[in-house]
Amino acid sequence: MNQTAKNQPPAQPGLWLPVWTLAERELIRFLRQRTRVIGALGQPLLFWILFGAGLRNSFQAPAWSHVLGRELTYQEYFFPGVAVLIVLFTAIFSTISIIEDRKEGFLQGVLVSPISRLALVLGKLTGGMLLSLIQAGVFLALAPWMGISIGPLQFVLIFGFLALLSFTLTALGFVMAWPLDSTQGYHALMSMLLMPMWLLSGAFFPGGESGWLSWVMRLNPLTYGIAALRRLLYWDHTLPTSIGLPSLAMSILVTVGFAVVCIGLSVVLASRQSSRNAR
Amino acid sequence: MPASAPSISVQDVRFAYGERQALNGLTFAVNDGEIFGLLGPNGGGKSTLFRILSTLLPLQYGTATVGGLDLATQQAAVRQILGVTFQSPSLDRKLTVQENLKHQGHLYGLRGADLQSRIDQGLERLGVADRRRDLAGKLSGGLQRRVEIAKSLLHRPQLLLLDEPSTGLDPGARIELWKYLRELRQEMSLTIVVTTHLLDEAEDCDRLGLLHEGQMVALDTPDALRSSVGGDCLTIRSRDPERLASDITAQFGVTVHRVGDLLRIEREQGHDLLRDVVAQFGASITSVTLGKPTLEDVFVQRTGRQFW
Repeated sequence: MNQTAKNQPPAQPGLWLPVWTLAERELIRFLRQRTRVIGALGQPLLFWILFGAGLRNSFQAPAWSHVLGRELTYQEYFFPGVAVLIVLFTAIFSTISIIEDRKEGFLQGVLVSPISRLALVLGKLTGGMLLSLIQAGVFLALAPWMGISIGPLQFVLIFGFLALLSFTLTALGFVMAWPLDSTQGYHALMSMLLMPMWLLSGAFFPGGESGWLSWVMRLNPLTYGIAALRRLLYWDHTLPTSIGLPSLAMSILVTVGFAVVCIGLSVVLASRQSSRNAR
Repeated sequence: MPASAPSISVQDVRFAYGERQALNGLTFAVNDGEIFGLLGPNGGGKSTLFRILSTLLPLQYGTATVGGLDLATQQAAVRQILGVTFQSPSLDRKLTVQENLKHQGHLYGLRGADLQSRIDQGLERLGVADRRRDLAGKLSGGLQRRVEIAKSLLHRPQLLLLDEPSTGLDPGARIELWKYLRELRQEMSLTIVVTTHLLDEAEDCDRLGLLHEGQMVALDTPDALRSSVGGDCLTIRSRDPERLASDITAQFGVTVHRVGDLLRIEREQGHDLLRDVVAQFGASITSVTLGKPTLEDVFVQRTGRQFW
């Protein structure tokens, strides 16, 4: 009898090899589905062009725009909002696949493997992050046409922040997708929760200084994501703080806090053993 | 050689989905190196047991060890020595066969040349090496099942769990599959646990546990189970089974079991009884069969229910 094979200590998967392999799978799957590329990048781009043209004349630039020393067009105001929308859509598309993975059976194979649940979550989030960075990067290459110049340090900071934000939003998507059994349910959550969250973050319109809307913006964690990106894009200008535009330190702090909460929740959810995970 | 420790030991395991009790105090052991079958109708508790053993479901009550490791407290270690082949393959259909196996290897800490040689061997072994560049979703059900098995054996587990491995396979593919399983057991000194609701498939196992309503109603080799029924088995279908049963008992003094619309009589020299019953009550009999007991008869005898 072949005892040597049995007595070998089993290999330990560790954390990073499984994280990387799960992320790589996300990238391969993404590239094999062309419609996903169109969906995540194309729709925000279309919004940007159409709304940019349509709202050009009725747009009232926010008070802080005077520090730029030139007119802030709606297209330029909307620019960071569209970048965040690309990140949000990518996060949605990469986490909706959790539901498909469970249905198609792939997930159960991962769950009976010896990897930690943290590795499972981080694999998904890393995949979502890389896809976001690629797509948002393509879009941000248009910045010079908006009159926004991006220096090397700025470039690093912007991508560093986008990495954090996409990690966070993918984790948020994970928390929403994990308990669901149908992609229809996810679509409902997307239009009732994620889209309003984006609309009321200062991405689409500046928002007032008072009234209930200003409170929604204050409490919306994505407001801080948009604000940080906007401030990094105008790195050379000192923009005054307002409801829709909190300080950079505050914005990063809130985003990090939101990330920790979402990742923590994802790990807790993924650690629960449930008959839902078996096919 | 001293008898080795059991590969799986299950003591008084119970499991409930909310109010519904799925496992009701199961106790059994699987020996090292055997092919052990869990046979039962759908809803009998096989799938629940499979999910508990494969660590997808928690152990709610009772104790269980897998390869000597405690299923409740040493889950991570159990996962390393366990290979699991799911009924619905866990392959990513949008990845190629090679990619599926590569990712699986990484999840088990395998990499590089060692991983590639294991992939090559596994695909060769299961006769799917020529399909390695195809997308998994393009393969037939039988080939997907083989890739799934290659996938679950990549880390050379001590124990292979297979859930309904023949479901969706044509008879030829099923025979092939079982040939592979027996060879694999020999070569890798593997213990194999199979759940099935197919009586034919159960015949292929070394030992068989019959599950009914969350309990183990019988456990032995298929031969021993069959001979426990004794003699021949006469099955009669009738329009009025109640009356026929009492008539036969009155006339021949034999015990008649009623199972649904069918009457069953276990008896040595069944052909004599068959001749007499048909001669006497031919008019009220729709059909009658006589045979050596099957695993279905064992199930009926132990539970008083039809298998299907």
